[in-house]
Amino acid sequence: MEAVVFFVCAAAVLAGAVGVVLARNPVHSALFLLLTLVSIAVLFLQQHAALVAAIQIVVYASAIVVLFLFVITLLGVDQHESLDEPMPFQRVAALVGGALLAIGLVVMVHGNRWVTGAHSLRGELDPVRTGNVQALSKSLFTSFVWAFEMTAVLLVIAVVGGVVLARRSGHRPEIGSGEEPPS
Amino acid sequence: MIAVGFPSNVTPTYYLILAALLFTIGAVGLLVRRNTLVMFMCIELMLNAANLTFVSYARALNDISGQVIVFFTLVVAAAEVAVGLAIIVAIFRRRQNVTADDVNLLKG
Repeated sequence: MEAVVFFVCAAAVLAGAVGVVLARNPVHSALFLLLTLVSIAVLFLQQHAALVAAIQIVVYASAIVVLFLFVITLLGVDQHESLDEPMPFQRVAALVGGALLAIGLVVMVHGNRWVTGAHSLRGELDPVRTGNVQALSKSLFTSFVWAFEMTAVLLVIAVVGGVVLARRSGHRPEIGSGEEPPS
Repeated sequence: MIAVGFPSNVTPTYYLILAALLFTIGAVGLLVRRNTLVMFMCIELMLNAANLTFVSYARALNDISGQVIVFFTLVVAAAEVAVGLAIIVAIFRRRQNVTADDVNLLKG
């Protein structure tokens, strides 16, 4: 059963990823991205990470994809991607490098003895599929509490940065407003 | 390997190989595409590949910290998308397109 779900979701993940790269229309790219994200959420569910899967759906598949679609529609769909190449060999080099990267990663992962190392260092997973809520929150508020507090700082910085960058700042660009002076 | 046969049990290696392929597709897409929005989506693909790896190792090692780190990755991804899309909007106000190659003012 797990194998069937895994292979179906893996096919959906890879199809969505390829669709993101190949789609001409950015809206289609965003929808392919949605397919990939939801399929990955299913894979999270399979690996006893129900809470992470739920947050993947809420944050990624909802908020981030909607934000992408919002910006795409705000800017207008930009279908004419410029085809002139400042660096003519970049695409070929990207494909060759990508193939090498894939081979290297797969060989490394496949030959990797992943069971080495200490098990359950920060706390065990819950034995049954309960979403690991208790184990996760316990670890989050003990071992990772410093990082957890720092995410608050990061989010504040992101909010302030987003507001500063996106606001219309009259005709005079100010220092730090993210706009370059008119040339 | 994956392709041969149809194995009944899925080991963590399968998930890791899938994450590796997903990361590769994201990296190649980041290098190939010129539309900054699509490049951002490719970054999201790579972040998701990392998340899948973390969750797979959390299960393989029976350790919760892999899943905790996925939370932090999500937070970083959300912050990155917020700031990045704001930058894209600011660029679009200037130049009316979002092609990455046109933004070359600081190029040496």
